[in-house]
Amino acid sequence: MAPFEPVLTRGLGRLDLTDLSVYEAQGGFGALRKALRDMTPEAVVNEVSASNLRGRGGAGFPTGRKWSFLPNDGRPRYLVCNCDEAEPGTFKDHMLLEQTPFQIIEGLVISAYAIRAERAFMYIRGEFLEGYRIFRRALETARERGYVGPRIAGSDFSLDIVVHRGAGAYICGEETAMLESIEGKRGEPRLKPPFPANAGLYGMPTVVNNVETLCCVPHIVERGAQWFSSIGPPKCPGPKIISVSGHVRKPGNYEVPMGIPAGQLIEEYAGGLEPGRRLKAIQPGGGSSAAIFEEDLDTGLDFDSLAAKGTMLGSGGFVVMDDRTCLVRAALTLVRFFEHESCGQCTPCREGGQWVARMVGRLEAGEGSNADLAILRTLNRTLTGTNLCPLGDSIMPFLSSVLRRFPEEFETHVTQAGCPLAAEQAVAAGAGA
Amino acid sequence: MSPERRRKAEELAARYPRRQSALIPFLQYCQEQDGFVTRQAIRDGAEMCGLTEAEVESIASFYTLLFRQSVGKHLIQVCRTLSCMLRGAGELQEHIRRRLGVRNGETTPDGLFTYEEVECLAACDRAPCLQHNLMFHYNVTPDEFDRLLETWRASRPAVSLPAE
Ligand SMILES: Cc1cc2nc3c(=O)[nH]c(=O)nc-3n(C[C@H](O)[C@H](O)[C@H](O)COP(=O)(O)O)c2cc1C
Ligand code: SF4
Ligand code: FES
Repeated sequence: MAPFEPVLTRGLGRLDLTDLSVYEAQGGFGALRKALRDMTPEAVVNEVSASNLRGRGGAGFPTGRKWSFLPNDGRPRYLVCNCDEAEPGTFKDHMLLEQTPFQIIEGLVISAYAIRAERAFMYIRGEFLEGYRIFRRALETARERGYVGPRIAGSDFSLDIVVHRGAGAYICGEETAMLESIEGKRGEPRLKPPFPANAGLYGMPTVVNNVETLCCVPHIVERGAQWFSSIGPPKCPGPKIISVSGHVRKPGNYEVPMGIPAGQLIEEYAGGLEPGRRLKAIQPGGGSSAAIFEEDLDTGLDFDSLAAKGTMLGSGGFVVMDDRTCLVRAALTLVRFFEHESCGQCTPCREGGQWVARMVGRLEAGEGSNADLAILRTLNRTLTGTNLCPLGDSIMPFLSSVLRRFPEEFETHVTQAGCPLAAEQAVAAGAGA
Repeated sequence: MSPERRRKAEELAARYPRRQSALIPFLQYCQEQDGFVTRQAIRDGAEMCGLTEAEVESIASFYTLLFRQSVGKHLIQVCRTLSCMLRGAGELQEHIRRRLGVRNGETTPDGLFTYEEVECLAACDRAPCLQHNLMFHYNVTPDEFDRLLETWRASRPAVSLPAE
């Protein structure tokens, strides 16, 4: 097999890909010309379906299948690019936005052509002000060069891209909340069905795709479905950017073949742990994912292998915790995150999130009881699967997984009225709000 | 609505298939001008979209980057989520609170600095990180913070919440 060759991050850190001529010199917009000149929209959809590309936003839904759900009823169609990245531990879309905006634009235009969208929306997280400015500039340039706007690259296809800046709300990353937000409303997830494919933005057929998903599309068009599907596991193939942070020597974004074992990512890409440290836990797929541990280091990082381990690849936010880490505190930062980000529509998510955050807060402060622990052990069932959107189901997985694997660490917080790692905590610790 | 605001409202509305989509960008624009989303901005937004003021209030209150009270000339937002916590965000936060004499969410009495602890800023590989008037600073140690603070003190930013 040919050695793995990164494509999504090619040239980053070495070339200024925010300069259109540099992007073009690297072959940029070649796929766009090819798609618009040589392929019908159906042919692009078929190619993407055959590639087995699965969405990189978190759920791993097959992209070609999502595109083919759109009804053929003459209503206007919309494509939305999800650049709201706020899943704890994930920072790949932020990088793509700031460093290779033309790749996103190329992916957007080809994908809009494939689904025959008449308008595309780029939803950029409010905190990414710099990225928003970079993208707006890139879009202006692309428009001047005829890659966006009327009759793109001499074809019959026209597309306008509207850039929409968010205003602070993690939940707007959920696709139906995002649609509400673009409509100028509170970002509260909608009840599904109807799905966005039938009734999305302004009630019209809509596709929402993640930044990285769209960035894969030009490469599939250029190199073919066969190339893509031969990288990694056939059922969830392709290059994948994993955001590695926490206790490794070289945190960063790494583009790897899907399915790479967790241990190999840490050792060969992220520089391993600090000398003398031992791995304690990994959160492999963003703040919503259950932890894996040192016995799981040979697990492949792909949607199916991690699902088989009871966790998920999610957004690809891979957080490494070594033996200095207090897992009660780690769990606290995450449950507090979900408590803060709940939109408040569903009772288990809204009330449950507050309860759990208070209980874990008590434990962390050395004021918890065995009764708290007993309740926490049952909450996974109560809080999970009882909400409108997956945020409510995200409160418990990490907490439950570390409570199951390191029960004594939680119990000691009760019996010793505080953290047993206190002496070693200088780095891992921080005062709560 | 002032004529200038009306012009802006129309310009923003023209970008979208439906008018209300321009509400949040419009409030961002008002906030940039006034320092926060004022009562007048709520009224103007309601007029622009044909909504009640209560509806616009409710929408504005949903978003953490729309402020309903004035913030300092310098808005300092420090990440408090897991990856930053693992690499010293707790110490940094304690240091800033002591340096500025404020708690989470407060503004210094001179009105210069507002301090907030916020959730993951998608820069976890350069932890701990913060935003100053929405511009990123990475790998911020307490010493680095003190250095930044001096440069901020010496500067007079025009706006703490830029819209564009
Ligand atoms: C609470 C929540 C937050 C989400 N945040 C994001 C996000 O920031 N970016 C993203 O692409 N998808 C996010 N998603 C997933 C989206 O709902 C949607 O599945 C995704 O954008 C679809 O794109 P894909 O098929 O290309 O992955 C989130 C989902 C939930 C439930
Ligand atoms: S689960 Fe939580 S975030 Fe999702 S809709 Fe319900 S209350 Fe809102
Ligand atoms: S945890 Fe601080 S930027 Fe992600």
